[in-house]
Amino acid sequence: MASRGFFPPLPAGHWLFAGIVLVLAPHALHLPPWLSALAFAMIAWRWAAAAGRLPLPGKWILLLLLAGSAAGILLQYRTLFGRDAGVAMLTLMLALKLLEMRSYRDALLTVFLGYFLVITHFFYTQDIPLAVYLFAVVLVLSSALVALNHPASARHWRRPLKLSALMLAQAVPVMLLLFVLFPRLGGPLWGMPSDAFSAKSGLSETISPGSISELVQSDAVAFRAQFEDTPPAASSLYWRALVLENFDGRSWGRQRGRQEAQPALETAGKPIAYTLTIEPHDKPWIFALEVPDPQALPPDTFLTRNLQLLANKPMQRLTRLNLSAYLDHRVAADAVPSQLKHALQLPEQGNPQARELALRLRSEAGSDAEVVARALALFREQGYSYTLTPPLLGKNSIDEFLFATRSGFCEHYASAFTFLMRAAGVPARIVAGYQGGEFNPAGGYFIVRQSDAHAWSEVWLEGRGWVRVDPTAAVSASRIQNGIASALSAGEPLPFLLRTNMAWLKQLRQQWDAVSTYWDLWVLGFNQEQQIGLFARLGFGIVSWRELVWGLAIGLGVALGLIAAFTLWPGRRAAPDKVQALYLRFCGKLEKAGLARLPSEGPLDFAQRIRVLRPELADDADALVRRYIALRYGAHATAEMQRLFAAQVRRFRA
Amino acid sequence: MDTATPLAVMLESAVRQVGQIVLGKEREIRLALACVLARGHLLIEDLPGMGKTTLAHALAQTLGLQFHRIQFTADLLPADILGVSVFDRERSQFVFHPGPIFAHLILADEVNRATPKAQSALLEAMEEHQVTTEGETRPLPAPFFVIATQNPTQQVGTFPLPESQLDRFLMRIALGYPDAQAERMLLAGEDRREMIAHMQPLLDPASLLAAQHKVSEVFIAEALLDYVQALIARSRGGKFGAGLSPRAGLALVHASRAWAFLAGRSQVLPEDVQAVLPAVAGHRLRGPAGEADAEALAQALLASVAIP
Repeated sequence: MASRGFFPPLPAGHWLFAGIVLVLAPHALHLPPWLSALAFAMIAWRWAAAAGRLPLPGKWILLLLLAGSAAGILLQYRTLFGRDAGVAMLTLMLALKLLEMRSYRDALLTVFLGYFLVITHFFYTQDIPLAVYLFAVVLVLSSALVALNHPASARHWRRPLKLSALMLAQAVPVMLLLFVLFPRLGGPLWGMPSDAFSAKSGLSETISPGSISELVQSDAVAFRAQFEDTPPAASSLYWRALVLENFDGRSWGRQRGRQEAQPALETAGKPIAYTLTIEPHDKPWIFALEVPDPQALPPDTFLTRNLQLLANKPMQRLTRLNLSAYLDHRVAADAVPSQLKHALQLPEQGNPQARELALRLRSEAGSDAEVVARALALFREQGYSYTLTPPLLGKNSIDEFLFATRSGFCEHYASAFTFLMRAAGVPARIVAGYQGGEFNPAGGYFIVRQSDAHAWSEVWLEGRGWVRVDPTAAVSASRIQNGIASALSAGEPLPFLLRTNMAWLKQLRQQWDAVSTYWDLWVLGFNQEQQIGLFARLGFGIVSWRELVWGLAIGLGVALGLIAAFTLWPGRRAAPDKVQALYLRFCGKLEKAGLARLPSEGPLDFAQRIRVLRPELADDADALVRRYIALRYGAHATAEMQRLFAAQVRRFRA
Repeated sequence: MDTATPLAVMLESAVRQVGQIVLGKEREIRLALACVLARGHLLIEDLPGMGKTTLAHALAQTLGLQFHRIQFTADLLPADILGVSVFDRERSQFVFHPGPIFAHLILADEVNRATPKAQSALLEAMEEHQVTTEGETRPLPAPFFVIATQNPTQQVGTFPLPESQLDRFLMRIALGYPDAQAERMLLAGEDRREMIAHMQPLLDPASLLAAQHKVSEVFIAEALLDYVQALIARSRGGKFGAGLSPRAGLALVHASRAWAFLAGRSQVLPEDVQAVLPAVAGHRLRGPAGEADAEALAQALLASVAIP
């Protein structure tokens, strides 16, 4: 079959191709390469067919391509459903549809498929650059639609773009109104496919040597925190996520089961109020400052006995929580002896040298507190170093670290310290979370990244309860005070931007982060709560959905009325002086060609004289003079007519 | 340009129909028609036998207007024009007998032969569109249109219209001799009077009134008013002895509108002003020495003003 199928007349065809390529391009970032290559090869085939260089594929080849694509996707993803397989399927379908475009209707359908694919990009990210890009794609697709529907207007390739830009611009007020006023539901309108959360980075449920140092190499944002008043010092910003109490000789895990219990908590001073905006990490833990106010927990969260703040569900969307914390507190565990016993648990075997060291510390020290102090002094004095790339550790990881390699990251120190404490009979546990954060002056909040991930210990001391001990601080005090970038030497594999000294770059990055945080909060995170809050702040009180619908109806009426009035109003008149200047330019062109207009010669007479003297110019001159008359002497001289007139004068050659 | 309205199409065919009677005078016919449409009155100044009466008659017939002709003579009295009240014995009261002025189109032939008194009776009726006799005011039919003729020669024993009276006429035209071809057709053709009797009216008073209304709606742009004012300003100084009055300016605007309407346009162009200016301003302009070669003066005025 050597058919060329249906190919839209040119500007429409170009716009259609541009739209399809642009809408598919970003998917190449996450689709397997063979799939992107196949899709773009099919598009190229269609392009070649339109140029007449290749025939379009016949029915059998199309069927073969379809079956091959489906089989490939099935092999790649083991399913045809879900986010990734679904997007892959849609991508190939769109490319196939292009190959199968045989009628005007098919071309329209292709454009609509393109619109649909625009939405699929939001499965992956919803940030500002993507949104801007997709606006542009919608503009291009709309231009294709305009050019298809109104070929007469599409003599020049720019005309459809202008028209679609105008239409989209007119739709902007409607879009904003719908966005602000459309009543939001309590929950999400639709769920994301479950595989959309697979690749979220963050703290995992266990800690073993190397797990945090790997995480630290990512500069992805974990969460942002904004304090209502003056923020506390960086050295006291310990964001607790997980308490790890189960040690199997190599890795630390957390206690299973829902241990919801009121911790015995004594607090002093005023609580510090702050707001956390947590990036989706698909885990339930919340990075609360020590120690959350049990009386002011956010809804759908609970506090465990060992002071973990957990959400009822894994956090799969940007979550904003209002919290308050007591920095000055005392946690007693006296009432629960089983908990203390658990905090002493160690495997039967392994790490004999460490156990020996612990017993020596125990015998030398008078109290538990002194054991802690001696252990920290050991880290401080015996040449331990802080590095992201420690040597690999074998079976007796603690022994090897303490006595052989002597270099490690926070999890090594926390792990070794906790092991020593337990072996010495001091109840201890590991806390994983984040420490510090970068203050963003542009937005007035802290950005806490994966690179701020940290692990430290807590020991239980008689009379003082659970006390935080950060062995890393003993090795590298500047990690806690100044952040990770200052604590590591230049060769360490940290993200580039964490290291940079270029102030402007840092500032730019912070400003961008502030902007995208507002975007996350007020655009992506504009939920029912935000909506109600917004109207309350505007002085409308608590609005009901009925009021919102009324507001929406009225607002849309007003907006559409204004748009209609603006577009239909003949009010935007041409500028008479400008029109005359253009006309004189036209006369000047003719004068140079030896056909001067007499001062008292009217436009019609002049046009008549041109027809007699230069018949080859007469048609252009007539059209030009007709428009001039309408502009200068007519009752409805619009700015648009003036623009067309200017173009006519510009084009006129005598 | 604009698509011509049905009325304009009708008027166009009216011009052609009258043109079949008065040969080779399309421009003058158009001017006469424009004069009607602008609600003005027409003065034709020419030698006897040039077709003044024929033109008036053919126009009246084509436009479907009631036509009266008044021959002005030295002994014409105002009552002969306006009408008189005669005592009706049966009804024991005075009954008004309307004079010839009560018609749509009046041909006042050789107005300069009558006394100023009779002339002013006509002129007052033209101005007021009503007649007041014996204390009673009677409206004239609408539309009301006077074509007056004046013989420029043989002024002995006549009362030429003074300038103030001339100003009452929207236009003054001359018919002039027909060209050779038109004259040949006239000589070879049938009797004009009979032809007029067989003419079909193309309009009626109502549609003519509608047309007059349409004419008043023709758009005049600021740029065009600038042009009209420039023309008037030029006429008031320098080469010209007597300038154009504000009434003349208004007349120019009205006549230009009518001319544009006849051309099927909804806006006035400088060409319209130029077309009507000799007829509208000719009898109002005077040269520096007081001479009055209307056409030459008007053309000089037009040529000396650039279109703004």
